Amino acid sequence: MRIKRSSWSIPYAIFLALFVVMPLVMVAIYAFQGRGGGFSLEQFSRFIHTPEDLNTFMYSIEIALITTVLCLLLGYPAAWIMANSELNPSRITILLFILPMWVNMLIRTLATVALFDFLKAPLGEGALIFGMVYNFLPFMIYPIYNTLSKMDKSLPEAAKDLGATPGKVFTKVTLPLSMPGVWSGVLMVFMPTISTFAVAELLTMNKVKLFGTTIQENINSGMWNYGAALSLIMLIIIGVSTLMSGEESSRENETGGLL
Amino acid sequence: MNKDEVIINIEHLSKAFDGKAVLKDISLYIKKGEFVTLLGPSGCGKTTLLRILGGFTVPDAGVVTMEGRDISGVPPYERPLNTVFQRYALFPHLDVYDNIAFGLKLAKVPREEIDARVRKVLKMVSMSDYEDRDVDSLSGGQQQRVAIARALVNQPKVLLLDEPLSALDHKMRLDMQIELKEMHRKLGITFIYVTHDQEEALTLSDTIVVMNEGRIQQIGTPTDIYNEPVNSFVADFIGESNIFNGTMIKDKLVSFMGHEFECVDEGFGTNTPVDVVIRPEDVYIMAQTEGAQFTGKVRTCTFKGVHYEMFVDTDSGYELMIQDYNAFEPGTTVGLLIRPFDIQVMKKERVCNSFEAEVVGEGKVSILGAEFECSVPEGLESGETVTAELPFNAVELLDHPEDGVLTGYVHFILYKGNHYHLTVRTDEGADIYVDTNDIWDKGDLVGINFAPAALKISRRDEN
Repeated sequence: MRIKRSSWSIPYAIFLALFVVMPLVMVAIYAFQGRGGGFSLEQFSRFIHTPEDLNTFMYSIEIALITTVLCLLLGYPAAWIMANSELNPSRITILLFILPMWVNMLIRTLATVALFDFLKAPLGEGALIFGMVYNFLPFMIYPIYNTLSKMDKSLPEAAKDLGATPGKVFTKVTLPLSMPGVWSGVLMVFMPTISTFAVAELLTMNKVKLFGTTIQENINSGMWNYGAALSLIMLIIIGVSTLMSGEESSRENETGGLL
Repeated sequence: MNKDEVIINIEHLSKAFDGKAVLKDISLYIKKGEFVTLLGPSGCGKTTLLRILGGFTVPDAGVVTMEGRDISGVPPYERPLNTVFQRYALFPHLDVYDNIAFGLKLAKVPREEIDARVRKVLKMVSMSDYEDRDVDSLSGGQQQRVAIARALVNQPKVLLLDEPLSALDHKMRLDMQIELKEMHRKLGITFIYVTHDQEEALTLSDTIVVMNEGRIQQIGTPTDIYNEPVNSFVADFIGESNIFNGTMIKDKLVSFMGHEFECVDEGFGTNTPVDVVIRPEDVYIMAQTEGAQFTGKVRTCTFKGVHYEMFVDTDSGYELMIQDYNAFEPGTTVGLLIRPFDIQVMKKERVCNSFEAEVVGEGKVSILGAEFECSVPEGLESGETVTAELPFNAVELLDHPEDGVLTGYVHFILYKGNHYHLTVRTDEGADIYVDTNDIWDKGDLVGINFAPAALKISRRDEN
């Protein structure tokens, strides 16, 4: 019997349905379930009326934004230097930047904790931001490096030829053309940092609470509906930021980001 | 403006990339308002020379002056010249208008003036309605026009063009050639144009600079270069040509293809080996043989649109390419005639291979790292450096590189009417010149053997 080519995708479809679509649907159902079991917005109003959770939420976004901005400030120059063949002829440095990505994130975080202990530096918010930047920096560097190294080398030359000083070449040509990479880097750092919780617990000795921890605590203590509602809120934030950056990068003609 | 005023002067320019010399002692001056073409095969250094002028490449040695001012240390953004890049290099994030206005905005030109100048230059390249278009939505020819407009709007004193038409199809290229020529005439600024297309160079230029292997071979007007090439490379590269080994018997008398011909060249001395170039359209071909200088038999005849191209085997065993308006059937015997002023005689660059060699024992010398047995003259001791000379036909090329004493590849091929003259570059980078009847292709890997008996060893000239 001949098997149709399209039927090859059936196992994947089943996998997606079981492990992606169904959990999402479950999250949505639980989130909109009231105490009585029927449809209700009770869980969301509870969130708005619990100042502690609301504050944690805002704080998480703040930490994620700070991490993203720091990663961008550190990552862009690094990517720029790596993509510049005159400054970086060997390309080994790229490997050095990518290498930490091969180590499990929890192990890296534990190592960071050990490092702070060794240096007698206090754990807390500072350590949290340090750890997050350290963990997610490669995710910022790589997409930016990718767009920069794929960029037509004659474009900066053309700009210079038309009278642009090196600074102007950067602001008028290099930077605008590397924006797709910047957007995908921002997304790849912002998304995981906003939902992180284990890293935060380890690096702050549970002194600082992030939104991920709030969700985990609620679910652990059996409050499934409220936990689901909080998860949904976070999903929406991530979804919106993806859409926004997707729109930004699709406006650019040059592609080359990771997403 | 004085037409003869020199705008750019290049003196003793050299450049090497990773130890490989790309430009070797280039000197050249360019006059104001001239259309100069740098012409040569790929890898001849023409693009590097243009990039040095644009300020993108720093020369290892030499000086470039523009209007009497040394511009060697001046960065590209301060040079009063603009470039049209090979792949246009239009900014994909800007539309046509902003691409063209890029330089003017940087120069802080007032808005109204930018507007007026962009519109004017768009009109000049016939792209008036395209201001708001995305550059990616334009065809190759349109992108080319925008690239030219973007350079010209800054009113440079010199426009550099790096193979600007190479990405266009043939018909479009011919149209753009005419437009470029027209633009040059209208603007009156200096154009420096790089191309490997000899037809393009002949059509466009006031002056052609023929380059090969990092050196200038010849500078001249298109007619000069075509009619009086200085060496066999130029003759072969520009247009179609028949190139023969010849002997200058005395002034105004040259012998080649086994016949003696009157010519107009003088000053080569007597019985001097020379190269002779005959353009295919300069051979007179006729049905009757009386009154002809020599005869031949037509082998092939192909219609080429305007003329017929015929290959004729001459009575003395040479092959001659002839272009004529009349067709002669293959197999017919024809009379042939070449007039004195159509014979171009050139000094030979070399008459045999000459190597630096070292005596390494009784009757043995080492050349290019390989040892050869030959007769070493008395009085030369082991370890002494000598000169080894070898005729072109004493070099044997082998299909299998491992069979040869030396290995290399075919670098350049020149047909001499009855044999091929090859330049074989060894793995060590030395050039060996070979006369052969075998057909090789450019780039073929070969083994090289010398006929040791033909080696002539002599003491080095003491300086």
